[in-house]
Amino acid sequence: METDTLGAAADDGASPAADASPAADDGASPAADDGASPAGGASLDSGGLLGLYEQMAVIRRTEQAAHDLFLAGLVKGTTHLAAGHEAVAVGASAALRPDDYVFATYRGHHHAMARGATPEECLAELMSKGTGLCKAKGGSMHLTKASAGMLGSYAIVGAHLPIAAGAAWSARLRGSGQVAVAFFGDGATNIGAFHEALNIAAVWALPVLFICENNLYMEYTPIGDVTAVANPAADRAPGYGIPADVIDGNDVVVVQEAVAAAAELARSGGGPTVLEALTYRHFGHSRTDPGAYRPAEEVEQWLRRDPLELARARLAAAGVPADSVTAADERAKRTVADAVAAAKAAPGPDPGDALTDVWADGGSAWRT
Amino acid sequence: MADLITYREAVAEGLARELRRDSSVVCLGEDIGAAGGVFKTTAGLFAEFGKERVWDTPISEQAILGVAMGAAMTGMRPVAEIMFSDFFACCWDYLANEIPKMRYMTGGQVTVPLVVRTANGGGLGFGAQHSQAVENWTLTIPGLKIAAPSNPADVIGMMAAAIRSDDPVVFFEHKGLFASRGPAAPEGHVVELGRAAVARQGSDVSLVALAATVPMALAAADLLAADGISAEVIDLRCLVPLDMECVLGSVERTSRLIIVEENPYQGGWGGTVASIVADEGFELLDAPIRRITAACVPLPFADALERLVIPNAAGVAEAARSLVAY
Repeated sequence: METDTLGAAADDGASPAADASPAADDGASPAADDGASPAGGASLDSGGLLGLYEQMAVIRRTEQAAHDLFLAGLVKGTTHLAAGHEAVAVGASAALRPDDYVFATYRGHHHAMARGATPEECLAELMSKGTGLCKAKGGSMHLTKASAGMLGSYAIVGAHLPIAAGAAWSARLRGSGQVAVAFFGDGATNIGAFHEALNIAAVWALPVLFICENNLYMEYTPIGDVTAVANPAADRAPGYGIPADVIDGNDVVVVQEAVAAAAELARSGGGPTVLEALTYRHFGHSRTDPGAYRPAEEVEQWLRRDPLELARARLAAAGVPADSVTAADERAKRTVADAVAAAKAAPGPDPGDALTDVWADGGSAWRT
Repeated sequence: MADLITYREAVAEGLARELRRDSSVVCLGEDIGAAGGVFKTTAGLFAEFGKERVWDTPISEQAILGVAMGAAMTGMRPVAEIMFSDFFACCWDYLANEIPKMRYMTGGQVTVPLVVRTANGGGLGFGAQHSQAVENWTLTIPGLKIAAPSNPADVIGMMAAAIRSDDPVVFFEHKGLFASRGPAAPEGHVVELGRAAVARQGSDVSLVALAATVPMALAAADLLAADGISAEVIDLRCLVPLDMECVLGSVERTSRLIIVEENPYQGGWGGTVASIVADEGFELLDAPIRRITAACVPLPFADALERLVIPNAAGVAEAARSLVAY
């Protein structure tokens, strides 16, 4: 796994913020990070990488659209945008089987889309439309596409880690060879459910991957201010006997390789792995947060390591023509523009749905 | 008379029948395996079904319910034990936010067919943190079915229904009833959730009870019979679905209602029953609705104090006499 540079930085006790941008600091290009084939990942050819790039471009544009639609008054409530985190979702998804399970947080649009939810389904949900992923009963924080193994976005911090462990337990009991993946933020590493999940997953050798998207801020507060170790997820894992790595969460190839290796280990009975993917959000924590607490220099440094930029550099190094990349960008732009138009045109929720789906019989009756 | 078994044996028997019938049923909890459970309600299961069906967990209530939920969402029918119902507070997120909301907030994409078993209620001198009757906690959450059997046959029949249900069911086993005996249920016995039972027929007053207050109400009915008062006892069996048809039918026969519950008056389940009868059965009543409840205090340790706090048959009978004389 591609962890040496970042792992070494973590070992010297530097702050997470300093750890998180070594590649930018030392000026190493993404291709140099990889140190292997010019095409990047062991199992990714240039065509595959271009596909991942396009997925990331679609997610980026969808998040921007969500932001704009909110400002236009067409998205209500709140949103927690994942722009900047695309490589974690897309890289991981590329490494998983279609029947594997994914569990995400309230910052989960990218995971829903990486697992096959369309931008239109997601935006329609955000816009309270009947065609939304969850019939407009979930909203931005609960995007779910069960048919694609995307088993929910959970808005109670850390709650889904034990649930993912349960899906992995089920896979083990059924002998299905599936793995479950829980994506969570750095802030979740300080809640009890994180620790209970890691322990039971290790003791039962469950095929589950715990992937921390460490974007350096629990919400508004730097994670380093509230956590005694430099790497909030990876540094806790050894206490539970779980192998862990700190990886570059902005490099889709690095993520794909690390998740593929961890999934392989899990499928072969080797139990859980913790991956701490260092990344950065481009927007604030939620809709109302401009992120003013983040130093300008830090923001600038991370924007230079935009996952889309890193992927473009890899594509160029692999000899993919610039025209092909431009065409992918154009397709992404069209896809999202069409999705916005379709979501806007979609009907609102069915009023009858307010009182359905509590019970498995479809209803909500509590008396006989 | 069929063979008698204890309530505690009925729990293990109910679980064993479903474990035999359906390979997707799997049990998990603290000390439920080789140890057979701290109340011996899972005795024999580990020996018969092995460690792949009966799993000992760490003391991690959040992990127990979270893991059960994830397994339920992906094809299993887990039965999770939370050792004492007081410990629901340690995993309340799963009972209040995760398990009951998943189906609704995904627009029906996900089902969560699991059972959470727990030892509930007082009377054994376990003190304030191991004695509460907390069925009213779960009653506040849309999306949970709530079962609380009062006798061994119902334990077996309702366990079958709970495990076969595609909805999450919280299954309250009353600590004070574990040693009680009753007829064993025949093979294949299933008691549909949401069907109350008339435990004793009567014509003067209806006593609506649940779990341990059912034998209490039956004892009160015996006392009342000596006074020439005919009390009908309704065993509610479930709080969700709530069988108000049975309750209203009884009130129609007796015109007087006493609700006997181990929850405190403040927020107890009887408030919901009383409210529905007041709303829909007002004209059936010849007297005010009375609720006999636990006192609104944490449960004390000493027997002599605990007895003063939890309802008893004599108190129920006294209330019934005053209501009949109203």
